[in-house]
Amino acid sequence: MLAVVGYYEDWWIQILKAIVIFAVFLGILPIVIVAERKLLGRFQHRYGPNRVGPFGFLQPLAEILKFATKEPMQPKTAVGFLFAAAPVISIVTAVAAIAVVPFSNTVDIFGTQVGLYGIDSSIGILYAFAFGAIAFYGLMLGGWASGSKYSFLGAMRAAAQLISYEVAQGLALVGVIMTAQTLSLTEIVTAQEGMWYIVPQFVGFLIFLIAGFAETNRAPFDLPEADAELVQGYMTEYGGTRMVAFLFAEYLNLLIVSALVVTIFLGGWMLPFGIDPPTWVDPIVVLGKISLMMFFFIWVRATTPRLRYDQLMSFGWKILLPLATLNALVTAIILVITD
Amino acid sequence: MPRPKTGAASGTYRTFGETLRGLKTTMARYVEGPKTIQYPEEKVPVYPRFRGRHKLHRFEDSELEKCVGCSLCAAACPADCIRVVAAENTPDNRVSAGERYAAVYEINMSRCIFCGYCETACPFDAITMGHDFELSDYNRSDLIFTKEMLLAEPVERTPLRSEGE
Repeated sequence: MLAVVGYYEDWWIQILKAIVIFAVFLGILPIVIVAERKLLGRFQHRYGPNRVGPFGFLQPLAEILKFATKEPMQPKTAVGFLFAAAPVISIVTAVAAIAVVPFSNTVDIFGTQVGLYGIDSSIGILYAFAFGAIAFYGLMLGGWASGSKYSFLGAMRAAAQLISYEVAQGLALVGVIMTAQTLSLTEIVTAQEGMWYIVPQFVGFLIFLIAGFAETNRAPFDLPEADAELVQGYMTEYGGTRMVAFLFAEYLNLLIVSALVVTIFLGGWMLPFGIDPPTWVDPIVVLGKISLMMFFFIWVRATTPRLRYDQLMSFGWKILLPLATLNALVTAIILVITD
Repeated sequence: MPRPKTGAASGTYRTFGETLRGLKTTMARYVEGPKTIQYPEEKVPVYPRFRGRHKLHRFEDSELEKCVGCSLCAAACPADCIRVVAAENTPDNRVSAGERYAAVYEINMSRCIFCGYCETACPFDAITMGHDFELSDYNRSDLIFTKEMLLAEPVERTPLRSEGE
């Protein structure tokens, strides 16, 4: 059976919505990059970039210009077509996953009902995970097609890590899905009316968050890149705009994981303590919560050292996975008893 | 101290607590704020005895140069960066207070090691070390400071550390 779409508008509204959502995320990205570097600086008693433009906010522009003017190079041994396709796969999957992030329910704009999300699919979570899984091909193909041993090893490590942690990440959500009785992200948010899932599903939240760090290649799980000792892993042979594409996809994935955590565990567009603002505030609430999550991600990056590879694997398979299974099991039992 | 247990479970438990402690530490650093001194705009004040660029001096009353061209500074210089050519004072061309004066006095700042021996060697306190340390230039030849440059009132670009600072 095909997925059921909760509500959809006229085609022109959908196109408009897609452009707006994409533009918003694209606009957030440079802010995230500057904010990350500035915050990392603050965490280390530094200022971070503050020379280009007012308060250094034009830093990403300067960097993009620098990358864009570089000569695109590829090794002789590279498989040309795949080498070029890999960053594209990474970006396309990341952008596609934005579609299911809900900023609010359907709202009335000038007499037309418009849903403030890309699409309200009945398989929202699966959709996000599916594209997350396809994103591996970007890394794998990128590493393999580079025709370099180091890239290939980096890609292998990346694949092993991402696959290990995706299992735990998916299982961590089973509890929420059982409680909410739906896979649609919009409905999961509305199901959190009264109590956010971070309270009853705290273990699930923790597992999802930790696995999210691993899925987005963030410290302390940034082994696929390990800029210091692996020279960016699968990205070793990439430079110029293609490398920017990989980095772009990475930060986009970070935003998506933050948005998923906000949507699934932190009540999406809802505010605590019964505060009920008008509907137009909802997207701002979601963006605010996303930025708090981003702050947390950056905070952790400033704090933790990188894991050793065997620690990473044993943590993923021996701790997170059993814990996630247990969480799903306990939730199921409680649901059956209280039903 | 007993060796901490290895293995995934106890390791994770330990790591979780330590990570929280680490997060607290970094947040405390964040709250303290940056300690950076934004160099070209802000400068660390130097101590009074800081050895920077040299200065040649004149007598304040008679405007005569203190340097008599004895070349003791050049002799004391371990980097051999001072060049002095002396000339006789004449009644209608009186430059220094002594019998002779320095017709040429050059310090090659690209060789100088700022040891301050010239200052110590000088019998008339004609040369002292100043506080300016921003001496970079585009050409090596521009780093040879002539007598006029050393005698000129230096631009005080460096703040001086006040008492007790």
